[in-house]
Amino acid sequence: MAERPEEYFWPAPDERRLLGTRISRLDGPVKVTGRAVYTYDVRLPDLLYARILHCPHAHARVTRLDVTKAKEMPGVEAVRVVSGEGSEIQWAGTEVAIVAATSEGAAGDALAAIEIDYEVLSHFVDDEDRVNAPGAREGDAAAEGDPDGAMAGAAVRHTGYYGIPRIAHNCLEPHGNVVRWDSDREVTAWASSQAISAQPNQFAQPLGLETSDVRVICEYIGGGFGSKFSVDRWGVECAELAREAGKPVKLMLERQWELTIAGDRPSAYAEVELGADATGRLVAWRSESWGSGGLGGSGSPPLPYVFAVPNRRHHHTSVPTHTAGARAWRAPNHPQACFITLSALDDLAAKAGHDPLVFLRHNLGFTGRLESIYREELSVADELFRWSDNWKPRPAAEQVGRWDDGPVLRGMGLAVHTWGGRGHRSNCELTVFPDGGVEVKMASQDLGTGTRTAIAIVAAETLGLPLAAIKVKIGDTRFPSSGGSGGSTTIGGVSGSTRRAAQNAVAELVARVAPELEAEPGDLEVREGAFGVKGDASRQLPWKKVAALVGPSSLTVRGENPGPGDLNDSGVGGVQMAEVAVDVETGIVRVERMLAVQDTGLIVDLKTAESQVYGGLIMGITYALCEEKVVDPATGRLLNVDFESYKLAGYADVGELSVHMMTGPGFDDRPVIGLGEPPVISPGAAISNAVANALGVRVPYLPLTPERVLDALARHGDDSWRTA
Amino acid sequence: MSREEKGRDEKLTGLSRRSFLRGTASAGLASLIACGPEAEGEIEKVEGEETRRREAGVEVLGPGAVTIELTVNGEAQAVVVEPRTTLLDALRQDVGLTGAKRVCDRGTCGACTVLADGKPVYACALLAVASQGVEIETVESFGTPDELHPLQQAFVDHDGQQCGFCTPGFVVAAKAVLDGNPQPSPDEVAEGLSGNFCRCGTYAGIQGAMESLRKGGRHG
Repeated sequence: MAERPEEYFWPAPDERRLLGTRISRLDGPVKVTGRAVYTYDVRLPDLLYARILHCPHAHARVTRLDVTKAKEMPGVEAVRVVSGEGSEIQWAGTEVAIVAATSEGAAGDALAAIEIDYEVLSHFVDDEDRVNAPGAREGDAAAEGDPDGAMAGAAVRHTGYYGIPRIAHNCLEPHGNVVRWDSDREVTAWASSQAISAQPNQFAQPLGLETSDVRVICEYIGGGFGSKFSVDRWGVECAELAREAGKPVKLMLERQWELTIAGDRPSAYAEVELGADATGRLVAWRSESWGSGGLGGSGSPPLPYVFAVPNRRHHHTSVPTHTAGARAWRAPNHPQACFITLSALDDLAAKAGHDPLVFLRHNLGFTGRLESIYREELSVADELFRWSDNWKPRPAAEQVGRWDDGPVLRGMGLAVHTWGGRGHRSNCELTVFPDGGVEVKMASQDLGTGTRTAIAIVAAETLGLPLAAIKVKIGDTRFPSSGGSGGSTTIGGVSGSTRRAAQNAVAELVARVAPELEAEPGDLEVREGAFGVKGDASRQLPWKKVAALVGPSSLTVRGENPGPGDLNDSGVGGVQMAEVAVDVETGIVRVERMLAVQDTGLIVDLKTAESQVYGGLIMGITYALCEEKVVDPATGRLLNVDFESYKLAGYADVGELSVHMMTGPGFDDRPVIGLGEPPVISPGAAISNAVANALGVRVPYLPLTPERVLDALARHGDDSWRTA
Repeated sequence: MSREEKGRDEKLTGLSRRSFLRGTASAGLASLIACGPEAEGEIEKVEGEETRRREAGVEVLGPGAVTIELTVNGEAQAVVVEPRTTLLDALRQDVGLTGAKRVCDRGTCGACTVLADGKPVYACALLAVASQGVEIETVESFGTPDELHPLQQAFVDHDGQQCGFCTPGFVVAAKAVLDGNPQPSPDEVAEGLSGNFCRCGTYAGIQGAMESLRKGGRHG
């Protein structure tokens, strides 16, 4: 019978040696020297390169498709039809045929030799136009209390319109695979994937294999952000091409198509009406929202966000469009809900003459169990950002668009957010070798979060070893399965399974060490580099000797998540503040500084945790100022399909950023909670609120482009400008 | 123009531009260059010019693969590439150095940055055949995981990376900045790194790395 600890737990704050300290990511040196091998980098003998013929039409039927000539082109080894004659195409970019050839150039030449005719059908791509959308699906209204009565009785009311567009994930490493058949029943697939454990099954079914016949490898992934869970049609086709050609095939999406079909955060538009009493306490909320994430439409953003206004009604309509389907984008539905809600609250506060910080504090009672977290975070943020010292009310209506001290106006805004982030299912295998080496394996992946580093920290902390003593192996489905990296579930999941495995190892080792030290197992403790007897510093066994007790066949233990003991929790709060400078002549918005105050329960690695939050701020600045998928209404095609027109913030565009991670009672005495999603939720609202504070007028859409800023100033006082 | 540069220029202009145009047309970029009858007209014009050049004894490469010599990280090596192959693809597929990444493949994002005679260039925007006679340095030449270049060490220490896909390009661009001025001002750093994009949002970490190098002045 295996030895097991009495309980699974995280060490108390004063007993943590590595947890919560600043540790550099373990795979940093490999990445920074260009040695990390991503799927795009995999090189194999006889490798073929595949390219896809994508349909240029948003809605069409394939009337003729002839690949005969393409098959005869030099270098071509396999051609597959994906959307054959008679197929109905539902979005531009749909895969029609795929060619594998000895070079990408040869594959491209073959694509040009494919003969194809389409019958172009009518399409609908205007996601903001729910009135004319064919097949718009109305959801049920969610209501609580008496929103109409409470609205009628409100001392102050605000009605607003807000819109946040579709954006692309735009992973720098595009979606794609390298697939090799090792025999006629065995496949190795390198996948740029954020959920490798789920992929063998997704490959096996369409290929007519068993799940165990497929091995998926992803040592490194060049960004996922929620878009890389599924194998996708091109993954299966890559495997089919490799089978047909009898050679390994690499298929990576071209940038244009990565932007068009492989990433889409749904849009959200909303008409909001809300009311407060004379003290500024919220009393009523009514919202009508709609949006699209392709043919499947969009999910309903959780409105009102964070603040459960006592009398409320929300209704959402999903608008299907002829565009590629939505994919989970960091914190699905939250950035949209946060932007809509916190903008509306900010506008109401401005109307009632309140400082939004005071106004949010006044309404924290509606935030449920996060109230105390927000209250403390708002105080910390106020002090660090010097909000109360610097905040000024919006310019008065008659001042809008005018300036006395130059055309650059400054403003401050804030927002709050929440996310679940409970750890996912994870299985960890930990082996202690007789020479003292420790290996930890699981089929997880590292999106850049620092998965390897978190695993090593937990194992080293538990076993009393230095970080360098732990070898972490992930990114291969030959290891025990672990969940997909989505929804901020990875760090909680892998640290939970690793902690349980390491505690199991300690229990096993303690049973072997006890007789050596002439003590009872219950009297032993793990020290730095040794196991010893509690209360007696002189009686201990150094790690090398502890490990030697496992014998020649090593000790292998497992740990699971979830499991006994409180190693995971869910539900974090965060506060962000932004200061902007807006040039009212050019309409250019610049984020001058931003602060994120973030809670994440027990922090595993402070350094990579902070990086997550900085990254969230920067990605948030990017979607607040730059990002939007612009679809041509006439052709239904995405127009901005490169980095020149699908803009990202650059190094010089992000202003001065600071991050404060919450620790201490009420924060890091809770177990581990994920962090990838939360910090990317608030920036849209915080920055938009700062711009409204600077201008005295709301720019109702993201991104805050110069054109929209100037438009909002020009239309000040005119509420009829929304397009729907 | 130096003799070397002149030689390179001749090689470049001697390229089969007809193949290049046809190649780009088949790559779906035709609309950006020319379309329809205009494209055909342009191709005919180029074909005429190509014939003239051949007759004048100018070397015309392609459309088939050709053997060229690249000097990469101090080592000359022969590779066989189609003339339309970019330096980036030649490095990644033929030389076997995959540190430079292919992201935009059109000279915008900086993920493929390498040094050409010490200057940062986008390897996706250079043809391999036109890169002969140039000293190419890739990220792999600066340090190894066990023996990092101080710049790389600073990226690790300040966590100037997440997924890491843009990181090699940033490291090369940063190296070029520091080679030009070991203690660059924040504005010089910003200018030098503005040709690179990151999607994870690692600019804060990179800023920390560059700031530490500027203050510490340790670079070599």
